[in-house]
Amino acid sequence: MSDNQAFEPVIIGFTCNWCSYRAADLAGTARMKYPPNVRLIRLMCSGRLDPTFVIKALSGGADGVMITGCHPGECHYIEQNYKALRRFLLLRRTLAQFGIEPERIKLVWASAAEGVRLTEEIKKMVEEIRHLGPLNWPKWSNGRPDHTVILQEEVKV
Amino acid sequence: MGEKIGVYVCHCGTNIAGTVDVEDVTRWSGNLLKHRGVVLARDYKFMCSSLGQELIEKDIQELGLTRVVVAACSPHLHEKTFRTACERAGLNPYLCELVSIREQVSWVHTDKTAATEKSKAVISGGVERVIHHEPLEPLHVPIHPATLVVGGGIAGIQAALELADAGYPVYLVEREPSIGGHMAQFDKTFPTLDCSACILTPKMVQVGNHPNIKLMTWAEVTKVDGYVGNFQVTILQKPRYVNTELCTGCGICQEKCPKKVRDEVFEVGLTNRKAIYTPFPQAVPNYPVLDKDTCTYFLKGKCKACEIFCPTGAIDFTQEDEYITVPVGNMILATGYDLFDAHRIPQYGYGRLSNVYTSLEFERLCNAAGPTNGNIVLRDGVTKPKSVAIAHCVGSRDENYNSYCSAICCMQSLKFAHLVKERTGAEVYNCYIDIRTPAKGYEEFYKRLLEEGTHFIRGKIAEITNAARTTEEEGKVIVQVEDTLIGKQRRVPVDMVILSCGLEPRNDAKEVAHLFGLSCSADGWLIEKHPKLDPLATMTEGVFIAGCAQGPKDIPASVSQGAAAAARVLGRIQQGEIALEPVRATVDETRCSGCRICNDLCPFNAIIFHEDRLVTEVNPALCQGCGTCVAACPAGAIFGTGFSNEQILSQIEGLLLLNVALEPVPA
Repeated sequence: MSDNQAFEPVIIGFTCNWCSYRAADLAGTARMKYPPNVRLIRLMCSGRLDPTFVIKALSGGADGVMITGCHPGECHYIEQNYKALRRFLLLRRTLAQFGIEPERIKLVWASAAEGVRLTEEIKKMVEEIRHLGPLNWPKWSNGRPDHTVILQEEVKV
Repeated sequence: MGEKIGVYVCHCGTNIAGTVDVEDVTRWSGNLLKHRGVVLARDYKFMCSSLGQELIEKDIQELGLTRVVVAACSPHLHEKTFRTACERAGLNPYLCELVSIREQVSWVHTDKTAATEKSKAVISGGVERVIHHEPLEPLHVPIHPATLVVGGGIAGIQAALELADAGYPVYLVEREPSIGGHMAQFDKTFPTLDCSACILTPKMVQVGNHPNIKLMTWAEVTKVDGYVGNFQVTILQKPRYVNTELCTGCGICQEKCPKKVRDEVFEVGLTNRKAIYTPFPQAVPNYPVLDKDTCTYFLKGKCKACEIFCPTGAIDFTQEDEYITVPVGNMILATGYDLFDAHRIPQYGYGRLSNVYTSLEFERLCNAAGPTNGNIVLRDGVTKPKSVAIAHCVGSRDENYNSYCSAICCMQSLKFAHLVKERTGAEVYNCYIDIRTPAKGYEEFYKRLLEEGTHFIRGKIAEITNAARTTEEEGKVIVQVEDTLIGKQRRVPVDMVILSCGLEPRNDAKEVAHLFGLSCSADGWLIEKHPKLDPLATMTEGVFIAGCAQGPKDIPASVSQGAAAAARVLGRIQQGEIALEPVRATVDETRCSGCRICNDLCPFNAIIFHEDRLVTEVNPALCQGCGTCVAACPAGAIFGTGFSNEQILSQIEGLLLLNVALEPVPA
């Protein structure tokens, strides 16, 4: 996979306002370093993650999606991260049926104190995705309706 | 579209500008996002300064901006600042979006080109998102004037008194039979050597007598419902088996009780108490507690000596667990610390070598009300030590146990050295790594000790043993330590060793955190909202922390935090109501199919189903805004205010740079 060495993947990261977003803040305050390939979105809870968001990100050009939330049992909203976990497992299976490698979506638990953990997980994921290469989703829509448009239409109803 | 968006990029001195080409990012935003509604992009040294804020305000008023994107630090730091600036200029504050290019870009990346490109993506995400923002009004909720204080140590006592003196009701809940906390166990307090009980017990009595304080000892919080201003707290009142209405605190029951039990809590195992007991004579409240697990009557079905001798008939064996629910507006957690368990360092011999003591044991030993009436003697109860070694940093500043500094051990060790010297005349050896005496009067106390002739050995103790190598070591406890100032290994034979144990989070800190919706740091202490600027508030509105629950600290700091937390709560109560983020879910009834998928998802019971109309509704007072139901609704009928599908999907598009013009679009 030598041609992948120069490949800079784009990863969209969904963070929880109470834990992983704070872990990202902590990583910043402590000047920990991680590759710039990940771009974060703040949600109030990993439970807010609509699987559509993941599909939107992948169809829009992201090579991977990282979903982060509070550790099991530590959810700010009591138990909503378990719902994120269930959706994640289902979504990964669904995406696999589209031919998307399961490694492209990852679920990471990171508490507000775990800047180091988040940093390490980001580093690891960037390397994993670099190894997998670009997702190239748009190519697959050749000759078929563009997924992006369908998804957008759905939301706008 | 038709929005007029202003983009403001902050240099943050060199914090951002050192890694991100701010001018390039600003130019790019102004040119390539123009077709998305960006009418101007500016950069400024410090956007959060009053001049930076005025810049935004002026643009809103003069150019009629309808949306503002600020690219600066984390929204957790300055979102409020910029929203307020917008509000001052007449723009609804929720039409402003703060995106982080400091914590998430400049501080974590080193490559300037990549960091600059990422900043552009982050800003593009913010611009796309802000287009879908709506003017919102914060939710105003009334604040119940009562406050719950958890933990009756010095921090909790101080907080409760401040609130009660200001005229507001307080529920003070303490797990042990009496308030007082660790401070009640101490003999003297550094650096003034005030008698701990002399300064603490008057406050305890004040708490006990205060008309505004409902004191609940031998009780624990088991459930917290509701939200800031309107919590419903369930408190378990464990049975004392003593009717407090009738008990006069005469103490006859304790005298007559035939069952002796080792007191592992207050006397840290040094002496016995009875099965019915008050932990110490000045306990508040002064009613005893009957310990069901050791009481002969409960174990064998007969005895009842206490009941027979009680002059007022206050003993009541029929008491049971009682759950009491109280409404409060705010809560202060002052749950304190646990002492580091010295057994965990086997080479220090604690528990194996009888004359190795923990700091808390020594406190009891030299306390006039303690098991030896304040005589510093060895475990045999009679021999005065002729030489004493004090080990600093036991369990602290040690990668094997806790890497943090416990903050109090240096001063505590100096205090012990002084007390030993004063009362026994023994030679004292302080084995330290560094001496840390950073508060008022502390350095002076250290100087005093140096003059008193205490020996200071700079080195961490490697081993404490009774294996004598020479005749003079026979029968002694030998401290093996490298004196790093003279570069030599030393063996110091002494009669007694005091381990200055560090402070640790309570063993149930995690459960407590979970109960109150907080989180713990990697070390296990409760996390504050901001380590410097908001050490008392937490991420959960209406829950404050004070004292050692937040991290190791001494008595002056705990008192300050207790009082400060109370001041924060008083501010809330005085305002009468609080403005909350309007992040809530709402159901569009016309789109709800009544499938009820969302019904079971809400842990706050905010979702109600109307059987008559077959639609679901979200109660905004109970909704906490997590958005799980929004994500689950197959019909897309639930709208997440502040985090709508449109906002998030657009932000994804923005972050992926899908809507960027290929070349500058002419205005």
